[in-house]
Amino acid sequence: MKPTDLNTPTHFHKVVDCQWACPAHTPVPEYIRLIAAGRYTDAYMINWHSNVFPGILGRTCDRPCEPACRRGRVEAEPVAICRLKRVAADNKDEVLRRMPPVPALKNGKRIACVGAGPASLTVARDLALIGYEVHIYDSEAKGGGFMWTQIPRFRLPESVIEEEVGYITGRGGVVTHYNHRVQSLKALLAEGYDAVFVGCGAPRGRDLDVPGRKEAAANIHIGIEWLAKVSFGHIERIGRRVLVLGGGNTAMDCCRSARRLGGEDVKVIVRSGFEEMKASPWEKEDAMREGIPILNWLVPKRVLHENGRLAGMVFEKVKAEHDAEGRRTLVPTGEPEVTFACDDVLVAIGQENAFPWIERDIGIAFDRRGLPKLDPVTLQSTLPSVFFGGDAAFGPKNIIWAVAHGHEVAISIDLFCRGEDVHARPDPHVRMSSQKMGIHEWSYDNDVSIDLRYKVPHVEERIALRDIRVEVELGYDRDLAYKEAERCLNCDVQTVFDAKLCIECDGCVDICPTDCITFTENGPEDELRTRLKAPAINPDQDLYLADGLKTGRVMVKDEDVCLHCGLCAERCPTGAWDMQKFYLETAKTYASGAHACRR
Amino acid sequence: MSYLKPALHHPKLPVNALGLTRRDYEGSISTLCAGCGHDSISAAIIQAMWELGIAPHRVAKLSGIGCSSKTPDYFLGASHGFNSVHGRMPSVLTGANLANRELVYLGVSGDGDSANIGIGQFMHLMRRGVNMTYIVENNGVYGLTKGQFSATSDKGSKAKRGTVNADQPIDLVALAIELGATYVARSFSGDKEQLVPLIKGALTHGGVAFIDCISPCVAFNNHDGSTKSYDYVREHNEAVNRLDVFFDRSEITASYAPGELVEVTQHDGSVLRLRKRHEDHDPTDRVAAMTYLARHRAMGEIVTGLLYVNAEAEDLHRRLGTVATPLNRLDDAALCPGAAALEKINAALR
Repeated sequence: MKPTDLNTPTHFHKVVDCQWACPAHTPVPEYIRLIAAGRYTDAYMINWHSNVFPGILGRTCDRPCEPACRRGRVEAEPVAICRLKRVAADNKDEVLRRMPPVPALKNGKRIACVGAGPASLTVARDLALIGYEVHIYDSEAKGGGFMWTQIPRFRLPESVIEEEVGYITGRGGVVTHYNHRVQSLKALLAEGYDAVFVGCGAPRGRDLDVPGRKEAAANIHIGIEWLAKVSFGHIERIGRRVLVLGGGNTAMDCCRSARRLGGEDVKVIVRSGFEEMKASPWEKEDAMREGIPILNWLVPKRVLHENGRLAGMVFEKVKAEHDAEGRRTLVPTGEPEVTFACDDVLVAIGQENAFPWIERDIGIAFDRRGLPKLDPVTLQSTLPSVFFGGDAAFGPKNIIWAVAHGHEVAISIDLFCRGEDVHARPDPHVRMSSQKMGIHEWSYDNDVSIDLRYKVPHVEERIALRDIRVEVELGYDRDLAYKEAERCLNCDVQTVFDAKLCIECDGCVDICPTDCITFTENGPEDELRTRLKAPAINPDQDLYLADGLKTGRVMVKDEDVCLHCGLCAERCPTGAWDMQKFYLETAKTYASGAHACRR
Repeated sequence: MSYLKPALHHPKLPVNALGLTRRDYEGSISTLCAGCGHDSISAAIIQAMWELGIAPHRVAKLSGIGCSSKTPDYFLGASHGFNSVHGRMPSVLTGANLANRELVYLGVSGDGDSANIGIGQFMHLMRRGVNMTYIVENNGVYGLTKGQFSATSDKGSKAKRGTVNADQPIDLVALAIELGATYVARSFSGDKEQLVPLIKGALTHGGVAFIDCISPCVAFNNHDGSTKSYDYVREHNEAVNRLDVFFDRSEITASYAPGELVEVTQHDGSVLRLRKRHEDHDPTDRVAAMTYLARHRAMGEIVTGLLYVNAEAEDLHRRLGTVATPLNRLDDAALCPGAAALEKINAALR
């Protein structure tokens, strides 16, 4: 196996599992340490630069970081990264003064963003900060897009959206055109914008196609449309017995909203099994806690109606069968059909992208699924001045992906407007700094907490179900936040090995609490993995290999379950091991100054 | 500075016959200098005890004074322990062994503790054949008092500040064989592949087992000119054999690289399988082993491996004909048989 290349940041970036998994690559351990230190505003700003909506995401993110968290591999559950982010937002002081100023002198370029969701807002922020004039168009009266219309207020209060959208639209450089639906891209392009960003989301909910659907239409609602109407207060009541069809997060938001609008007997009905549902585990948990059963393996067969009014629905019981290629099909079990009486049905079985307002003769190519053909890195369409991002780019994803797209598109648009190659992407900013303070002193808390994950306190259910505007989660208080933050393993504090200094005393091998380190003869990686001190069984996690030792052996460290406790470095007599903080910030259009030395 | 090792461990840590992981055999975190060879020996003891499936509470670990003698605190936190006066571990251990022969006895000592102040104790324990494992963590210097030469320091070896040792060293291995030890080995803290099986063989031996383990002192004896530094020992190490310990003959299936095999079956049925690396070394011939050692020492080699073993080990209890039951399990009548029994003994001696 070849020695690990430390001249590129890839190896150490992958070690920071949470940051690697985050589409926006937020430096998670860094802000968690700041929260533990009570520096909430600093923690907020790191998030703001990276993911733009810390308060919103701290409540609603899909948290790809948490399944990746190393803590989950050495203990039962990952660090509550998402809810710690909310702590930073809840406890911060004044942040406006810390944000980079929007330049008064404009560069003369005008950009249009279609949709006022997270992708568009990110593009607008990143470009406004370097002197662009950005125009945002949205059919609603407020900014936020799906964050506003699709996420119920009991999960995300209005004030949080207004605050964080305001940090973008309220500081100059951004002109909003609300209540203005863009009907024609051709017409928009004709207005002379230097570039157009399409961030209009995936606005069409998939409908149900079963007998009786039409006859009972008055009480069958498309989930995302219904949620939007609830958000705007156009709908305030629902029937007593409600069926929610679908297994995604939209279904979870629908059932919990229904529960607050008069739904007493609310059921979620899903085609697939419980484990395969698209909804995040914590959202399923929250729904079930509110007395909503989730019924699996039921496929809708027909809608029952009496006198033009919805009466119930009939479902067929199915099971999964896999063919030789592992493809899954649902086959009827042959059991009797299941009927549920109901007053309303919410259909949350998926979303589709729809671009009826984009003319097909202006040079933008679409694929078979109706999605635009895009460069996966630059997000540029086949019409060079038009870029896509968020759900409009590759179909429905989530807020954090929209933000990540937004940053990339802002860079693309800036390069495009300056006449440069959009593929010549700037490198991320990377720093490595030793954390050594004394012989056995580190500038991070290397004492590993053994606490289990702390639960976020909830408001009493009786109160929560009474009003759809009451936020269910209370968030961690400062004490709980400190304890939860201490569970973070500081994976960004890297174990860096210098073979030239090593005397091969085995001190690090003996002390390592998780048997990560081995000194042995080199060999092919697959074979090497089997003969380490503890077998390296997780192929997703790289081995760190260094050669150049006196005995001709190599040092192999399995990064998989390293606790970053620093004991190897404490036990090292020659300083061959050092604990160095790896700080990576993805490139932005502007110099963020998120860390002190570049301020 | 970390005082505690995190309790979190590798999720796939294997368990031994008792259902314990290697981590269950650890002690408190070492306070020795970073890089000390002694810590590697502690790790090797942990590994050997775990592999053998010895219950920690059935082990008595005894030591004297010195860096080495501090180490029993750093392994087997659930075992019995005793820190004796400097150099007096052998007599305390002998007493403990006489009182309760059912425990596994491990004596940990250093070159100063055993070859200087405790040399007399060392020699008599070897003669008596106390059933124990005696490990000397040999670094050639007094580390706790800043690096003066000890009695095992080689003639001509240089101290950290340049002083040259003028005295002859004591070779504890030669002495142990001479005095009747029945399992004698030398190893190096930097070679656990060799050390762990040697400790396992010693723990199962059934008589007095002695291991002289060279263990570099990173603070005072790991420089050019030292004969007990990591570099010097690696350069001059001549392993005469490689040992594997088996408990079931059916386990002996692995194929080995060429080299003559010697198998020794011990009292408890365990099999020591030695793969010879030097054809002219016979570990079962006491006189030949002594000659071999003397010859190779003169050549400047540090001979390591299992140097001498006698499967017919005889221990102190057999020689004295003592009662098999530990004293703490005998009742008053047995422990204090009364005036008539005393009279009988006295009469036998008249």
